[in-house]
Amino acid sequence: MENAWLIPLFPLLSFMILLLIGKRLREASAYVGILLTLASLVFSILVLFERFSEPSYLAKFNWLTIGDLHLTAGFEVNQLNALMLFIVSLVSFLVHTYSKGYMHGDERFHIFYAYLGLFTFAMLGLVISPNILQTYIFWELVGVGSFLLIGFYYYKEEAKAAAKKAFIMTRIGDVGLLIGMILLFWQTKSFEYSEIFNAVEAGGVSNTMITLTAILIFIGAVGKSGQFPLHTWLPDAMEGPTPVSALIHAATMVAAGVYLVAALFPLFTASKTALLTVATIGGITAIFAASIGLVQTDIKRVLAYSTVSQLGYMMLALGSAGYVAGVFHLMTHAFFKALLFLAAGSVIHAVHTQNIEEMGGLWKKLKLTAPLFLIGTLAISGVPGLSGFFSKDEILVAAWEGGHPVLFLLALIAAFMTAFYMFRLFFMVFTGEKRGKQKDVHESPSVMTMPMVLLGILAVVAGYVNTPWFGSFLGDWLVDGNPALGHSHIEGPAWIMIAATVVSLAGILLAYLIYGKRSIAPDWLSGKGDMLHTVLNNKYYIDEFYKLTVVAFVTGFSYLLRFIDVFLVEGIVKGVTGIVQGLGRTGSKMQSGQVQTYGAVAFLGLAVLVVIYALTGGYLR
Amino acid sequence: MSSIPASAFLALALILFCIGLYGALTKRNTVIVLISIELMLNAVNINLVTFSKYGINPSIDGQIFALFAMAVAAAEAAVGLAILMALYRNKKTVHIDEMNEMKN
Repeated sequence: MENAWLIPLFPLLSFMILLLIGKRLREASAYVGILLTLASLVFSILVLFERFSEPSYLAKFNWLTIGDLHLTAGFEVNQLNALMLFIVSLVSFLVHTYSKGYMHGDERFHIFYAYLGLFTFAMLGLVISPNILQTYIFWELVGVGSFLLIGFYYYKEEAKAAAKKAFIMTRIGDVGLLIGMILLFWQTKSFEYSEIFNAVEAGGVSNTMITLTAILIFIGAVGKSGQFPLHTWLPDAMEGPTPVSALIHAATMVAAGVYLVAALFPLFTASKTALLTVATIGGITAIFAASIGLVQTDIKRVLAYSTVSQLGYMMLALGSAGYVAGVFHLMTHAFFKALLFLAAGSVIHAVHTQNIEEMGGLWKKLKLTAPLFLIGTLAISGVPGLSGFFSKDEILVAAWEGGHPVLFLLALIAAFMTAFYMFRLFFMVFTGEKRGKQKDVHESPSVMTMPMVLLGILAVVAGYVNTPWFGSFLGDWLVDGNPALGHSHIEGPAWIMIAATVVSLAGILLAYLIYGKRSIAPDWLSGKGDMLHTVLNNKYYIDEFYKLTVVAFVTGFSYLLRFIDVFLVEGIVKGVTGIVQGLGRTGSKMQSGQVQTYGAVAFLGLAVLVVIYALTGGYLR
Repeated sequence: MSSIPASAFLALALILFCIGLYGALTKRNTVIVLISIELMLNAVNINLVTFSKYGINPSIDGQIFALFAMAVAAAEAAVGLAILMALYRNKKTVHIDEMNEMKN
């Protein structure tokens, strides 16, 4: 564990190598990226296994000393960090491998790998940071990586706009995080997680301040994790290459917000209001995004909204004091959502469209992708036996036992919707008649399918580390030696599990009847409630709302500033330059080149000086 | 000898200097201008010698300075004439008002 600091450095090395000699390596760049992330993965696995038997490890050194203020940097390996290291490096490694096939033939192939390296470095650095300042630095670096990768196809207008949107929207959240961080430092005189928790526990911070800082930090998490109302960047971020969507916008970066709340969990538990806020935002996001997902027709957008919705679940779990449930779902979600995105990428790779209305009947053609996609779909829908079922069940129990019956109900409805739209997606893509023009559809190369197979296996079995039936190994381990994190497993009434199963099966059945068997017309609902469909299709007009309020306000304000800039600031500047230029012009006109004129003027000047000397007697008084 | 007062020498130097200055500032021919400058230098020499003889502290220093000034003036005249030759070859003129390369 002493060498855990090496883990983020491998991808950084990959980034640097590819930046320097990537152009010469061309497609061989992939091997650099793959091998170095593999090194990270191996180290992460070693660290994870070491952490099973040994206590946490913390190393730090003085970074800056200002007066008697010491800022430290370092790294920490505790249960959460070790788990995150494993998840991030695993998904990153698989995505690196997958991209070799997906990005094949792209002109900026090596740049893509360089960016992936940078992002992986930042994300791994984020999860081993022992203090909130270091976390913040990597937090921003992760944002940069995300920005670069969303805008990878920079010649597409939408991609450019999406990259900017993602950066700006997350920045809004980051301002909250920064203020929260500074307030926390002001109150506790430290950025260290452990010292902050000690100060909070000792009662050195007033309750109002705890609530305020927790909510401000949560705003940062809201921005990064695409929670309502800052979620709109995440679906747009799907303009990036699909492997990027899988890595950043499904498995790792968007989970950073959840990770941050989990890492600062003792701070949140110290304030009832903060917890309630987290849970409410999470619950609203879960059902809100799920309902939009019902009507989207772009395969990646459906997955994007489902990501937003699942992240809402995690927040709901954390807000209901279900630390284990949230982290558990974070892990399982990383696996099955990465699988779904990679499979979606494989489908897009095969049919060259993202519109699910132009797909259909792909089950027979994509012999490997289709079953893997089905596994992912089953897992996210919460069908018993797969990973998503166990983690979602934990969350529902946590919400119920946390005393939020309304949020519990919302989560249950969202689970129904999730099952419905995921299977709608599945049936529309893989079953039925072939629609649109599909030419020479073929299965992806094995370099793309192998990572999917591995993720498929994990999507099935990852849930068994923490089940009500075979013991809550993950939960026990996560909260071991840290009572502030709550119970390892929350006991709940058995009917919750049954209800969750029934709800998800009902969703699947409905999707089957409408899109599989087609015994119910797809517009039976929209036929009755046309308005509802329009509202959902336009994503509740959130983007339009922002355009009319925030954007309009900012534009107006910037016009005012521009006016001041053009007429006031620039006026002064122009005046100054005008005076100087005028002086220069006059001066240069006097430069006639006539030596005799110069001589005359010089002599005249001398004469004047002499006269003055004579009149004043040598001194100017 | 001593019947001639110092002011007479100084007046001579003044007149010589003014003639030189007038010539240097008004003549178009560069050769004349150079000669006028020599006149001004010689006016200075007369001043130096005058003060070495009739000054408050008469000493030989002033005459030595005059000799130095003559040597420097000779060198300066040589350089000036050489520059003038080079200019004449380029511009086919010795008129100083046409030599305005430094204009603006």
